[in-house]
Amino acid sequence: MSMDRRKFLKVAGLSTLIGLGGSGAFELLKPGKVDAEMEHEGHHGAHHGAAHEKGEEAGPKIRLAMLIDMKAITKEKAEKIIHTCHHLHNVPNWGDPKNEIKWIWEEEYEHVFTDSYNEYDEVLEKLPFLLMCNHCDEPPCARVCPVEATFRRPDGIVAQDYHRCIGCRFCMAACPYGSRSFNWLDPRVELKKEMAQGRKLNKRFPTRMRGVVEKCNFCVERLAEGKKPGCVEACPDVMHFGNLADENSNVRKILRERVSLRRKLELGTKPSVFYLV
Amino acid sequence: MYDSGKVIVGLLIFAGIFLFPFIYQHGSPAEKPKPSLDTPAIKALPVKKCVEDTKFMITTHMQFLNEWRDQALRDGNRWYVNKAGKKVWISLQNTCLKCHSNKKDFCDKCHNYAAVQPYCWDCHYDPNGSKL
Repeated sequence: MSMDRRKFLKVAGLSTLIGLGGSGAFELLKPGKVDAEMEHEGHHGAHHGAAHEKGEEAGPKIRLAMLIDMKAITKEKAEKIIHTCHHLHNVPNWGDPKNEIKWIWEEEYEHVFTDSYNEYDEVLEKLPFLLMCNHCDEPPCARVCPVEATFRRPDGIVAQDYHRCIGCRFCMAACPYGSRSFNWLDPRVELKKEMAQGRKLNKRFPTRMRGVVEKCNFCVERLAEGKKPGCVEACPDVMHFGNLADENSNVRKILRERVSLRRKLELGTKPSVFYLV
Repeated sequence: MYDSGKVIVGLLIFAGIFLFPFIYQHGSPAEKPKPSLDTPAIKALPVKKCVEDTKFMITTHMQFLNEWRDQALRDGNRWYVNKAGKKVWISLQNTCLKCHSNKKDFCDKCHNYAAVQPYCWDCHYDPNGSKL
């Protein structure tokens, strides 16, 4: 038997094409899945519309949100908030942007509102904006996570399950807010160093390990105990935390009275961190 | 067989080295681990009972802790109701290790004996110990 290279390539290419096309066509023609999906979408859309007409009743009962008062914030308060949060969650301070872990951090107006930056706003330009996870309604990070390590809870918190995280960092690429940090190194190495210099651990909260992604969790562990988030407790005049789904909640009341900004709304992630300006 | 003397001697030496640990340890089994329950919190308990009964905890604590983890973290439900109907707050660091404040003499005892390295301690730690 003899077959020259040309003939071999022809046969191999043809059978690959048939194989690919065949299975693809088979999948497409298989009834059920696509139809069901379309039906679901349609139904979902209609349901959504109805919910809007009726008001908030048909929506979620709890939608947690954070309001940051940019008229009350100062540099000192921002630092106090960051310190409190990073202490509560045993976040190491590597002092090196390459390994940096941040749950809440400071940034300039120009970098925070890249889409609506107004270079003539001399007030906002000087303020320390606090950035954190936006706990989006449509979190892109949760969509891309291949192991469902990050997911959206019914109350709106985008939680991170470090037990499941495989460290692929898809979520970091997906998050438009840069809210996620990767543990390139063992955080305990740095924590031990800081403890030798007098840093206290929060013994009620674990550390992380090398190779997982972490971010702000809206203090879900404190909420479970009936406490307020750490940043709210540190500066209650700056940080306001509450339920957006409740018309009479503190946050809804403030949002009625004040002008607020949210980051990168055009992306459709529906962030739940508001900046009161 | 060529060089039978050398081969046989070599084989004997190999067998000797290979079997040495078995012969050396023969008749002296490693001591069974005795996890210690000697902590102030356990001593203060009126009835010395864990969340569930001891036999269940010994045999099933791994699956049990996994269920706790998923219930607390993924379902957001931090209360566990045990078979006796008592409510327990789900937390490895703040519930389990509150009584078992001697990780070294409790957890590590059996885990070292069975040569298992559970990854709990990559993140969690004994809040009573001074070390991470």
